[in-house]
Amino acid sequence: MLPSLCPRQCQLVTLLDDNSLHLWSLKVKGGASELQEDESFTLRGPPGAAPSATQITVVLPHSLCKLLYLGTESGNVFVVQLPAFRALEDRTISSDAVLQRLPEEARHRRVFEMVEALQEHPRDPNQILIGYSRGLVVIWDLQGSRVLYHFLSSQQLENIWWQRDGRLLVSCHSDGSYCQWPVSSDAQQPEPLRSLVPYGPFPCKAITKILWLTTRQGLPFTIFQGGMPRASYGDRHCISVIHDGQQTAFDFTSRVIDFTVLTEADPAAAFDDPYALVVLAEEELVVIDLQTAGWPPVQLPYLASLHCSAITCSHHVSNIPLKLWERIIAAGSQQNAHFSTMEWPIDGGTSLTPAPPQRDLLLTGHEDGTVRFWDASGVCLRLLYKLSTVRVFLTDTDPNENLSAQGEDEWPPLRKVGSFDPYSDDPRLGIQKIFLCKYSGYLAVAGTAGQVLVLELNDEAAEQAVEQVEADLLQDQEGYRWKGHERLAARSGPVRFEPGFQPFVLVQCQPPAVVTSLALHSEWRLVAFGTSHGFGLFDHQQRRQVFVKCTLHPSDQLALEGPLSRVKSLKKSLRQSFRRMRRSRVSSRKRRPAGTPGEVQEGSAKTERPGLQNMELAPVQRKIEARSAEDSFTGFVRTLYFADTYLRDSSRHCPSLWAGTNGGTIYAFSLRVPPAERRMDEPVRAEQAKEIQLMHRAPVVGILVLDGHSVPLPEPLEVAHDLSKSPDMQGSHQLLVVSEEQFKVFTLPKVSAKLKLKLTALEGSRVRRVSVAHFGSRRAEDYGEHHLAVLTNLGDIQVVSLPLLKPQVRYSCIRREDVSGIASCVFTKYGQGFYLISPSEFERFSLSTKWLVEPRCLVDSAETKNHRPGNGAGPKKVPSRARNSGTQSDGEEKQPGLVMERALLSDERVLKEIQSTLEGDRGSLNWHSHRAAMGRSLSNGGAE
Amino acid sequence: MNRSFHKSQTLRFYDCSAVEVKSKFGAEFRRFSLNRHKPGKFEDFYKLVVHTHHISNSDVTIGYADVHGDLLPINNDDNFCKAVSSANPLLRVFIQKREEAERGSLGAGSLCRRRRALGALRDEGPRRRAHLDIGLPRDFRPVSSIIDVDLVPETHRRVRLHRHGCEKPLGFYIRDGASMRVTPHGLEKVPGIFISRMVPGGLAESTGLLAVNDEVLEVNGIEVAGKTLDQVTDMMIANSHNLIVTVKPANQRNNVVRGGRALGSSGPPSDGTAGLLGPPAPRVLQNFHPDEAESDEDNDVVIEGTLEPARPPQAPGAPAGSLSRVNGAGLAQRLQRDLALDGGLQRLLSSLRADPRHSLALPPGGVEEHGPAVTL
Repeated sequence: MLPSLCPRQCQLVTLLDDNSLHLWSLKVKGGASELQEDESFTLRGPPGAAPSATQITVVLPHSLCKLLYLGTESGNVFVVQLPAFRALEDRTISSDAVLQRLPEEARHRRVFEMVEALQEHPRDPNQILIGYSRGLVVIWDLQGSRVLYHFLSSQQLENIWWQRDGRLLVSCHSDGSYCQWPVSSDAQQPEPLRSLVPYGPFPCKAITKILWLTTRQGLPFTIFQGGMPRASYGDRHCISVIHDGQQTAFDFTSRVIDFTVLTEADPAAAFDDPYALVVLAEEELVVIDLQTAGWPPVQLPYLASLHCSAITCSHHVSNIPLKLWERIIAAGSQQNAHFSTMEWPIDGGTSLTPAPPQRDLLLTGHEDGTVRFWDASGVCLRLLYKLSTVRVFLTDTDPNENLSAQGEDEWPPLRKVGSFDPYSDDPRLGIQKIFLCKYSGYLAVAGTAGQVLVLELNDEAAEQAVEQVEADLLQDQEGYRWKGHERLAARSGPVRFEPGFQPFVLVQCQPPAVVTSLALHSEWRLVAFGTSHGFGLFDHQQRRQVFVKCTLHPSDQLALEGPLSRVKSLKKSLRQSFRRMRRSRVSSRKRRPAGTPGEVQEGSAKTERPGLQNMELAPVQRKIEARSAEDSFTGFVRTLYFADTYLRDSSRHCPSLWAGTNGGTIYAFSLRVPPAERRMDEPVRAEQAKEIQLMHRAPVVGILVLDGHSVPLPEPLEVAHDLSKSPDMQGSHQLLVVSEEQFKVFTLPKVSAKLKLKLTALEGSRVRRVSVAHFGSRRAEDYGEHHLAVLTNLGDIQVVSLPLLKPQVRYSCIRREDVSGIASCVFTKYGQGFYLISPSEFERFSLSTKWLVEPRCLVDSAETKNHRPGNGAGPKKVPSRARNSGTQSDGEEKQPGLVMERALLSDERVLKEIQSTLEGDRGSLNWHSHRAAMGRSLSNGGAE
Repeated sequence: MNRSFHKSQTLRFYDCSAVEVKSKFGAEFRRFSLNRHKPGKFEDFYKLVVHTHHISNSDVTIGYADVHGDLLPINNDDNFCKAVSSANPLLRVFIQKREEAERGSLGAGSLCRRRRALGALRDEGPRRRAHLDIGLPRDFRPVSSIIDVDLVPETHRRVRLHRHGCEKPLGFYIRDGASMRVTPHGLEKVPGIFISRMVPGGLAESTGLLAVNDEVLEVNGIEVAGKTLDQVTDMMIANSHNLIVTVKPANQRNNVVRGGRALGSSGPPSDGTAGLLGPPAPRVLQNFHPDEAESDEDNDVVIEGTLEPARPPQAPGAPAGSLSRVNGAGLAQRLQRDLALDGGLQRLLSSLRADPRHSLALPPGGVEEHGPAVTL
């Protein structure tokens, strides 16, 4: 939780919740750098001492010797030798020793409390500065064991900054003030040079960290965290930058964990000359360019916040054609105009990962109605383009109002930065399903309120009206009342859309239940959509509805009353519990006094235990009851599939649409799509050809047609672009139906069962997600096989062979308790997959030995250019790899790229740590210590 | 389908006290009606039946399909009365020549409950009414059996539950627990799955073969050790139409004694079914029992062609003549979903659907089809 980099050693020390210290080092293994834990240590006080005596608040790695200075709650500073963590008891700087060496007049006040700050003199390694929470600051001579200077402030100390030349101290205090103290030998000067409250005169919150940075031009940068007027802005997470008469309070949407400034790297340089401000907020990392006027933010090349708004769905498209790729990037680059042109200022190591063999896109749908396009080809997810569907609809808040609402004369001069924004204007905007055709650039997006948008990629901004169609899925069913949300109100008249994907058709399902399945056929220009009530087919070329089909069972009352889908409610409750947890974590952290951590620990354990006991007391039992036809949600459409196959007879194939429901029913419609030259003149016709009721009534999760060679039919336009062999239309086709319980192959056109694999009956696991994956041979370039990649409700991933349905391999991948992880899993076409291991991180796995994405990097050895503490390159990567278990390390875990570590391995340790994070804040962390020392580590890391 | 549908509507509302009877002998159908409230004597009914079928000179047994789709005998006043009163809305009567019925059951091995339905049908004919000892109509459908007595250790019990129709729950709950095991290291506590509760009146309770706190060891031959409660639940549900659980009963006093006769009812069902595979005509009755041993092969229902959109749920009951046409599950399924039939017929239909290949092996000429063609 509290990482500090050791100078010159390429080593990292972390302090965990349980007051244990861990030493990590970067080792080169197989040509790539790896972080390894070398040693761990727990500081022990004399027998009988209070636990607070050794509760570490600050860690200072000393630049010269391999020493760690550990500030504690008792006010003592312990010294530990690295790398063996040998305690050097004779070098302990006890508070008594300091007290004795103070002049008389400073001794009479109770000045000792916990150590809040520990710093090494920027030039003289024999001097360290110790700041105590009651306001006493001493500069201690390590060799002479004496107090060189002391400073006494009247306010509680929060943090101190030592100016580059060591001649000036800046201390910040709990009342929102900061003071400058000259360090000069002429007189013991008890009075500060200057003291002011930047956001006074009314009571202010504490300034928790301050930086005072000199520049060549003369005017310094003052950068501090907090200090806002308590009454009106006390809840903001702000970092203020003051320079040359300019002042801006950067307003973050999540708690600021720490910040640092990138400055001139050469310690001998006379000035700091800061050029970038790096802020680690709880949900994201923000970098601000301090050299460009206006201080614009810098776009992140990695570590982007995936969950700016909660991720509601994801969709992966492999092997994007270059043309589409470039157009998406071009559209995205126009959205990034407000970013600084500065190059990414952090340089850590060299990536050894080979260039990705193909271009992959991961599309994430979000609660706020946006779709984000990520470059998922390599190790790091990179945001390419963001699509917002909000403009199509009328929402309560006009998006234009928010941006420039802040007037010029506002005080404090707040400026919102960062992209994390968990608040959605309207939950109905949430994206539930995405389908992108990579060949045609058609995109279909469906949402929570039954809205289905069809979009087309356009390189120019355009003002166009979106055609609106209502699809009444209940048709003439009577006596039903929808008790859920209303449908979204769409804007009438032309709307201006920026370059990129622009909607041209909006289909709104009635009742406006959440869209549960979506399929787009770009060759036939058809889009199919399904909800809990039925499904429909829409011709987006002619812009008319082809048909709708109600799948409701007459007894399915629940589905009619509202958005009560079990899946969704589960997701919702999960999300709520996450929120609750986060809230309690935050509040408990704030509540926690600086008292003895032992008590705190006990207290929190007590409050948690009743909850656990209650859970255990309730006997867990399961009813054994077969699925019945009357079960609710049977009409819920789970899957939609287009296929050109032999639906009616074995002599002629025709386009068809297949739909599978939660009740184990499959509907097949034969379609008549007019030839291209008459496509606009003749209507598309559909006729129901088949209906299959699976005996076991389990939800249908996948439908697939295999051609005469038992190869899955290619995607639309794939053959037209010469990227796939055309399907074998000679032999007999087969239909594969995957339900939650079993896989079953039927012959076509006469649907008779051919073979099956019963998964649930044998293993007790259910299929959650299934996808066809192409497994390419590593030896022969042109050889590959198609098999099924299957995710079960237990988090296992299996490969089931096609067409014989033999289970091949099985790995446990996701924890079975991680319901949201299992729900978020998405497979790629080449046997890889992604799932969310937290609301903000995707883990990537691969089932194919041919396609591996591994983070391999080489961090330059620190020995070569080692000046200031912690000059080891690649500091940003180090803390995140360590995956410290503390709750506060959340902020660092938002690193999408770095979690993609293994080819299908769930690191037991990581999982445990995540679990412990989720289980709440049991640790004995003292928040003071965290803040203080974190700063150290980050500034260490950032110094280049 | 539409045509018959409307016909039945008129019939049904014609007279509520009348019970439609559809009597079938071989491939022939006869229709007549009875007064629901005054059905009369069995002897009169027997005469009426043989008269309408013009088979007065042959000795026949009469059976009817009850609400669960089981074939039950009509051979005395009591079960005749029950048959009429429970007919909802129509009473389906099946007639077999006695010798055929007997021939059909000759191959049966040990007397099992399933057989008894036939035995009763065979023995309690009008000739031997003096011998009448079945007081009330019973449900002769197989409910459960203890199987593999020779394979399973004496302290364990392997129970097969015959699920009946789609709607009926198996009727028990399971929970996690711990059981003591003797291992090489001594006694050890290992996690196990136990029956925690029985649904009153449910299938499991009615068998008497399972009890609360019995430890579940296997489900359909797969050991549950190492599986979670949810996994075991899903396995049981996935196997619910032919659930075989091996338990270690909490009460060890009622164990099967090796070498003796099995408690409860049947032996392995395979020997029973083998004898049944005779010529089609006599099979008609027997095959009404869904062959549980084979119903593991679940048969999905496929409906070809376009169907009209669903009818409003308040539509009246089934057509009078529909059953003869419902030889395929597709229509049955269709009816069940679209028409929201009365519970009885619905369950009857669903039981038909349970095994369409074996259900109703109608003699040639007996098949009439309206509506969509049915495969399988």
